[in-house]
Amino acid sequence: MIKLLSKSIREYKASSILSPIFVSLEVVLECLMPFVISLLVNAIDVPVDEQIRMNEVWMYGGILVAMAFVSLACGALAGMFCAKAAAGFAKNLRKDLYYKVQDFSFENIDKYSTPSLVTRMTTDVTNVQFAYMMIIRTAVRCPLMLIFSLAMTFIMGGNLGWIFVVVIPPLTALLFLIMRKAMPIFDKVFKKYDNLNESIQENVRGMRVVKSFVREDYEKKKFDKAATDVQMDFTKAERILAWNNPIMQFFFYGVLSTVLFLGSYVVLKSAGATTVTDVSQLVVYGMQILMSLMMLSMVFVMIVISVESARRICEILQEKSTITSPENAITEVADGSIDFDGVSFKYTAGAERYALEDIDLHIKTGETIGIIGGTGSSKTTLVNLISRLYDATVGAVSVGGHDVREYDLTVLRDSVSVVLQKNELFTGTIKENLRWGDPNATDEQIVHACKLAQADEFIQGFPDGYDTHIEQGGTNVSGGQKQRLCIARALLKNPKVLVLDDSTSAVDTRTDALIRKGFREYLPQTTKIIIAQRTSSVEDADRIIVMDGGKINAVGTHKELLGKNPIYTEVYTTQNSSATEVVPTAESDTLKDGGNDNE
Amino acid sequence: MNNNRAPRKKVQKGVLGRTIKALFKAYPKMMTLTLIFIVVNAVISSIPSIFMEKIFSVVGYALKESADWTKYGGEIIKDMLILIGLYVISLVMGAVDKQMMAIITQGFLKKMRCQMFDGMQNLPIKYFDTNSHGDIMSYYTNDIDALRQMISQSLPQLLTSGIMVLTLFIIMIWYSLWLTAIVLVGVIFITIVTKIVGGGAGKYFRGQQRAVGKTEGFIEEMMNGQKVVKVFCHENAAKADFDKVNEYLFDQSNRANRYANMLMPILGNIGHLMYVIVALVGGAFILGSVSNVSLGLAFAPDLAVISVALVVAFLQMTRQFCNNINQVSNQLNSVVMGIAGAARLFSLIDQKPEVDDGYVTLVNAKEENGVITECEERTGLWAWKHPHGDGTVTYTKLCGDVVLSEVDFEYEQGKPVLQDVSIYAKPGQKVAFVGATGAGKTTITNLINRFYDIADGKIRYDGININKIKKADLRRSLGIVLQDTNLFTGTVMDNIRYGKLDATDDECIAAAKLAGADDFITRLPDGYNTMLTSNGANLSQGQRQLVSIARAAVADPPVMILDEATSSIDTRTEAIVSRGMDALMHGRTVFVIAHRLSTVKNSDVIIVLDHGRIIERGSHEKLIEQKGQYYQLYTGMFEME
Repeated sequence: MIKLLSKSIREYKASSILSPIFVSLEVVLECLMPFVISLLVNAIDVPVDEQIRMNEVWMYGGILVAMAFVSLACGALAGMFCAKAAAGFAKNLRKDLYYKVQDFSFENIDKYSTPSLVTRMTTDVTNVQFAYMMIIRTAVRCPLMLIFSLAMTFIMGGNLGWIFVVVIPPLTALLFLIMRKAMPIFDKVFKKYDNLNESIQENVRGMRVVKSFVREDYEKKKFDKAATDVQMDFTKAERILAWNNPIMQFFFYGVLSTVLFLGSYVVLKSAGATTVTDVSQLVVYGMQILMSLMMLSMVFVMIVISVESARRICEILQEKSTITSPENAITEVADGSIDFDGVSFKYTAGAERYALEDIDLHIKTGETIGIIGGTGSSKTTLVNLISRLYDATVGAVSVGGHDVREYDLTVLRDSVSVVLQKNELFTGTIKENLRWGDPNATDEQIVHACKLAQADEFIQGFPDGYDTHIEQGGTNVSGGQKQRLCIARALLKNPKVLVLDDSTSAVDTRTDALIRKGFREYLPQTTKIIIAQRTSSVEDADRIIVMDGGKINAVGTHKELLGKNPIYTEVYTTQNSSATEVVPTAESDTLKDGGNDNE
Repeated sequence: MNNNRAPRKKVQKGVLGRTIKALFKAYPKMMTLTLIFIVVNAVISSIPSIFMEKIFSVVGYALKESADWTKYGGEIIKDMLILIGLYVISLVMGAVDKQMMAIITQGFLKKMRCQMFDGMQNLPIKYFDTNSHGDIMSYYTNDIDALRQMISQSLPQLLTSGIMVLTLFIIMIWYSLWLTAIVLVGVIFITIVTKIVGGGAGKYFRGQQRAVGKTEGFIEEMMNGQKVVKVFCHENAAKADFDKVNEYLFDQSNRANRYANMLMPILGNIGHLMYVIVALVGGAFILGSVSNVSLGLAFAPDLAVISVALVVAFLQMTRQFCNNINQVSNQLNSVVMGIAGAARLFSLIDQKPEVDDGYVTLVNAKEENGVITECEERTGLWAWKHPHGDGTVTYTKLCGDVVLSEVDFEYEQGKPVLQDVSIYAKPGQKVAFVGATGAGKTTITNLINRFYDIADGKIRYDGININKIKKADLRRSLGIVLQDTNLFTGTVMDNIRYGKLDATDDECIAAAKLAGADDFITRLPDGYNTMLTSNGANLSQGQRQLVSIARAAVADPPVMILDEATSSIDTRTEAIVSRGMDALMHGRTVFVIAHRLSTVKNSDVIIVLDHGRIIERGSHEKLIEQKGQYYQLYTGMFEME
């Protein structure tokens, strides 16, 4: 894991090394300073018979000032390099994660939810950044501080140094014991805390349900129970952690008293060879030693916390894209013919059932194919194999006479244009969104595509026309408008095969028919595959494929299927059953967008 | 958020007081003890240097007199014992205080949470419609966290450091005004540096926060549309866009941490410099025999000249003083943040709850010889209990007769949503609303259950003005199934039972069967005991709608509102469900909103709404005959062909 992560340090290696170096220098100076201070004070605090040694005072003062400035510079530089190294490391990690996801196949994408990916690239990376900062600064500083301070206590206090040596092991053991006891409780309670917050979110979102079933008091009771549970666990964990400070203080006071007492004794015994100031500086070193231990235990906790984040980051970095372009790939798609030869497909190797089974299907260039079938009949799965969004498990899918696995991915996907069922527009102007289809499209080409997709009219109706800004998630256009923009975007690719996966469900039937009419007139050479819920959307197709449970149930024209194929007939009649004789085929599915598209 | 920002300082003063008051109210004894302990502890912590000085001066005398340990050992040991005694007191107080603080903090937070949550349950729907859910959530996460930080750490720390600074200051001026003045100048310098460097860090940390938000938004959008990116081979462009956002975040994060990392070494070394300056000046004073000015002079004449012992003691105090000044400036920031958080929490708690002046209640009833009387047990028969001004009580049978007469309504002043709407729904009738988005269909249902109150006109339920009915009872008599289904974490069974908390398993299963949900539920891995999380993410949208229909069915209300209840169920499944839906609607007054005209066709009355007005009403056949708007909508496709 460390090896994998450290690959992302790259250009910030220098900073990552300079930071600990400057930290070390700073520590050395900091440890020497109390020593010089005691020299300085000794120069002031002289036996009565002598004059205060002012020249020495000036000299040591000068040395101290110089040391303070150098130490300041080292500390500041270390801080600077540390910040740069950690922020840079985080940047590279984010970049590597993001780039990795860009290379994901659909199968890879299905494995991770959007929030989980976002968390990995933000919170998790921030955690690692923080831990890295700790590692190259605090984790270097504390042990060094501990060792140097300890050494100085021996130099200045002689055998008094042993006091500290004796104190360190039990203190360390106690601090770590507290951590070990508290950490598992924290682990548990943080999960409970997340659940508590999730239940609040649920409550806020479902407030209409809560109020209409008059469940306010029930919710309050439920919440009180959960909140009390969280409170109990948190209190337990924090009370354990609350021992940290008294334990530290106990040792600090203990050391202080012992040093004072034994120090006084030693000073008197040595008749002034060890000075009072030396003893008082020992206290300073003692403080530094204990603080280092405390910090070290905190660093330890931080690193433990960030390990989970690091693991989640590595999971993405190690993920291998399941679909890549082959070597010596074909770079041209000859035409829009499509062949399924004995194709079966399942989403995961472990899945029991095939999502698609024994599909044999041959589609000629320029044909219009309708696909109909209930939820879960694998309509989408079928078309996803054409542009190699997934690879067939058994058999082969060919486009333009070649197996899709022989094509360069970009070439294939530019020729097979898919309008996804769950589609997205991105923040930016309408024009910018449409240019996803073709970055070099002229304004005329864009307008033409929009006219075909029946989008030009409503776009012109916007005050800013094609420069209208689309909000994140496309929230400022209606469902029907969004679908038509997505169709226009796909048309701009000038594809040989156009796949519409339930892409006009929110468009009223009249507009839907106009779109198909446009396709017939302007895109005769393009193979058109239309998945629809409404039979009206596929009635005029050359052939209609009826899917059921992952298999092709029937293929034929509207006339051939109606009355003969039970599924098709059932779908047709439920949508068209009518109380009046006047409208035998009437079904206007969506009033929402029907005619009122522009509001 | 905006209203919190306006009269900032004044409000926040009150907030701190209110927080502390609330703390004392929740834990009067513990808080008093904690406060005492903190103060005493802080004073004790600032005097060891005095004792050290005392012991050292004894040692100094001893050295000068060349006396040995036996002569002065007793005195040293006596001082040591006092010191150790103080330490023990401080330790015990510290340990007890920390334990109490853990209990107080978590207990108080729990109390705040419950107060917020309870208050929130009583807020009108309008509050939830006008505040983003993210904002509401941040009360429970960010603001509570800021409050925790403040009461468990910053405030006690601030108090401790403040008292220590004060104590040390008094000791310092007791010893020497001159030297104190030098230290004060240093403190001012430290404050300025902290302000500059800390301010820089603060500025860039805020920048970093913004950059993180921006990056998160960008990543979220791209990850959401990742499949679109793949389909359009847009990967390289997506990478280039990301690099820009990422670089900006790096820049802000780098600057913020640079400032923050530099603060510590700068402050630490300024402390050292001050130490040197005090030493030099002290030395110079001693040499020049400068006469001292100090508070203690009146009591201790030996302070008249700055002595060596004095300077040495002073040096110790300088160090401690600087450390505590740093502490104060550290904690102040987080106290300010905590107060801002507390202010927001109180603003939630102080929100006006939903007003309910209703006095007509729903009671179990018996009917004997045509007279309705109230009874304790559940009879299946309900009645409205209507107390009158003259002390009499009348009972009206609950039937489900809903009448809207000349209703006007607006969400915002001057923007009428409904105008002059009159609707009559007899018990058992099915009334459908048809119209474009924004025509006011859902608004009507919001008025019937009084999520919002009408501006003008009247709504009567079984002949009673709904303003007189207690809201809880009114809503209990209305079942509602919404387009956006909201399921709660728990089993499928728990979710169905939400409609009637004392329903038996059999009742729940019967309701699921009625809604046509039984079939798919029994095929789930754990059947009715399957856990649902994150709003039933493991179910399809259609399945979620079926569960929510079952939930309404088990409540068995006389009036049902179905707002796009079957919109996500595909037409084939809907055909299967429709029999259950018909059974569910049988014998009830039902209001249906659906964009699929096939679902509303068999309604008794279809009401066509346009911009908040009723433009047509009648049965399907009648409206088709009229050849008006409904006919246009219904035959939209017919014209095309």
